[in-house]
Amino acid sequence: MAAWEDFVQQIDDYRWEIPISFKAGMRVPGRIYASRELLEMAAQEEALEQTANVAFLPGIVWRSLAMPDIHEGYGFPIGGVAAMRLDDGVVSPGGVGFDINCGTRIILTNLTEAEVRPRLRELANQLFRDIPAGIGGRGALDLTDLELDDVMRRGAAWMVDRGYGRVEDLERIESGGGISGADPARVSQRARDRGRPQLGTLGSGNHFVEVQALESVLDAATATRFGFTAPGQVVVFLHTGSRGFGHQTCQDYLDRMEAAQKRYGIVLPDRQLACAPIRSPEGEHYLAAMAAAANYAFANRQCITELVRRAFARVFGRSDHALGMDLLYDVAHNSAKIERHTYEGQPIDLCVHRKGATRAFPAGHPDVPERYRDVGQPVLVPGDMGRYSYVAVGLASSMHETWGSVCHGAGRVQSRHAALRMLRGVDVVKRLEGQGIIVRARNPRLLAEEASEAYKDVADVVDVLERAGIARKVARLRPLAVVKG
Amino acid sequence: MAGETDAPLVPGFELFEVTADVGVVARGPTPESAFAEAARGMYAVMVELDGVRERASRVVEVSGADFEHLLERWLLELLFLTESEGMLFSRFEVSLGADGSLRGIAYGEPIDAERHALGPEVKAVTRHQLAVHPVAGGYEARVVFDI
Repeated sequence: MAAWEDFVQQIDDYRWEIPISFKAGMRVPGRIYASRELLEMAAQEEALEQTANVAFLPGIVWRSLAMPDIHEGYGFPIGGVAAMRLDDGVVSPGGVGFDINCGTRIILTNLTEAEVRPRLRELANQLFRDIPAGIGGRGALDLTDLELDDVMRRGAAWMVDRGYGRVEDLERIESGGGISGADPARVSQRARDRGRPQLGTLGSGNHFVEVQALESVLDAATATRFGFTAPGQVVVFLHTGSRGFGHQTCQDYLDRMEAAQKRYGIVLPDRQLACAPIRSPEGEHYLAAMAAAANYAFANRQCITELVRRAFARVFGRSDHALGMDLLYDVAHNSAKIERHTYEGQPIDLCVHRKGATRAFPAGHPDVPERYRDVGQPVLVPGDMGRYSYVAVGLASSMHETWGSVCHGAGRVQSRHAALRMLRGVDVVKRLEGQGIIVRARNPRLLAEEASEAYKDVADVVDVLERAGIARKVARLRPLAVVKG
Repeated sequence: MAGETDAPLVPGFELFEVTADVGVVARGPTPESAFAEAARGMYAVMVELDGVRERASRVVEVSGADFEHLLERWLLELLFLTESEGMLFSRFEVSLGADGSLRGIAYGEPIDAERHALGPEVKAVTRHQLAVHPVAGGYEARVVFDI
């Protein structure tokens, strides 16, 4: 691999471009939002190469984009954003990822750290008991085939009807917690069989439920609109996706697309970029199946939200309403969505792939829920379990530069192995406990992989977006208790 | 092909790390043994293999266009049994047909969160660096899992 300085051009302190001359076949340049330090991290692995490879995809408009949390993925880099024209563009399951509509949520409370601290261990235990997680974790819902179809079509709304959550939650979820166009007929039996027992489960790996406290307010006016009150306010941050249902759906369509791609005469540098024209049976079927999996994921997060509320109500002896447990927002970070944008002064409908990237629509955008429309969509950026997370808000320039997209988290670091081999899960728990953070995990072995050393500093990542004028920081949160699979 | 003079490989596997995920390199004197070891490697990500008793078995039959495709299909089929039936496996017998088919028997037991030392779920078998090829003394299979 060439040294990155040989093919990456610096535009300013936070924008870097890979010219189309880097590889014959690139249709647009690549653009990475990063500090020099973050770029160098990405250059240690295949992430820059992958950003260039995405630029080969037919119908791609403007740039193959990468967010500052960029790291190596499969086909697409994690942190990759690519928008395709509908008439001659393609959709690629690899541009969404295996965990379709993986995403995050924040649930507010009116509790303070001082009130929660004495009950924190009890609370962590309750959450750990109540939220199925890890290998073999099974949800409480025993779904019939018809019910599963309804979950696919209606997403979070189905869960609310089943008594999991509140109607007003729905307006605080991206796309209202349900993407249109979902077609259960496009989902395989295998995806159904994997997904049926897993609805209402957290999963494992980097998925989590964290009890956090507001550490600092960075934009007071917006923070107030988002429901933040004062430092010490307790919130719950959760991260999970579409479980085996989405993994299988991705797998099914990778296979189909690989065959279709040859038929459509599309040649790409990496087979994991397998794709088909958006306006083809394969493309349309994938988008219909992806929407079904996305809705499953919204329903999954909705179910877990209710389990969180019930756990809090039990521990604190008050109803979740009395505890002020409103949803702040829910964002997807693995998706492909048909969106209306403006490009070169003209309105244009595009299929925007966000793989490890979230929407960050600014004030005034019609897809921002009415309650936030005058300030912009809340952007949730989890960090690692030992440091902090951010809430930000999208700015107008994000629409011009990144199709209204920002990073989805801290991003992994590659050069962590030496550090991690020194760490044992139990030591990570001990260290976190020393910081006042309680950890409950089904598998302590897993925790070394989730230690701070395994991630970039999310503060650096969010800084890039603020300095590049893409998003503005609103609040910083720090963990109190971590529940994992 | 493996050279006549090379000592046959002892079956085994090693896990290796990629940025956010984990992979396995499996080796054996025959392609069948490399496939069996790759499966052991996948389950070693999810559970400490020693704790998985052989109390039940499942038969898996898949076919593929080439060894890589066959390896992917084989592992995906096992993963499906783990997610849909809640089974873990620790030993595998594999036989390959001349027509690109694979028949495997997986031995294990249902997941018991109290007794099994569980690791992360394997979400998917990726095609990243996916390879099966002859090496001195046998065959080597390489596969990366999304976890």
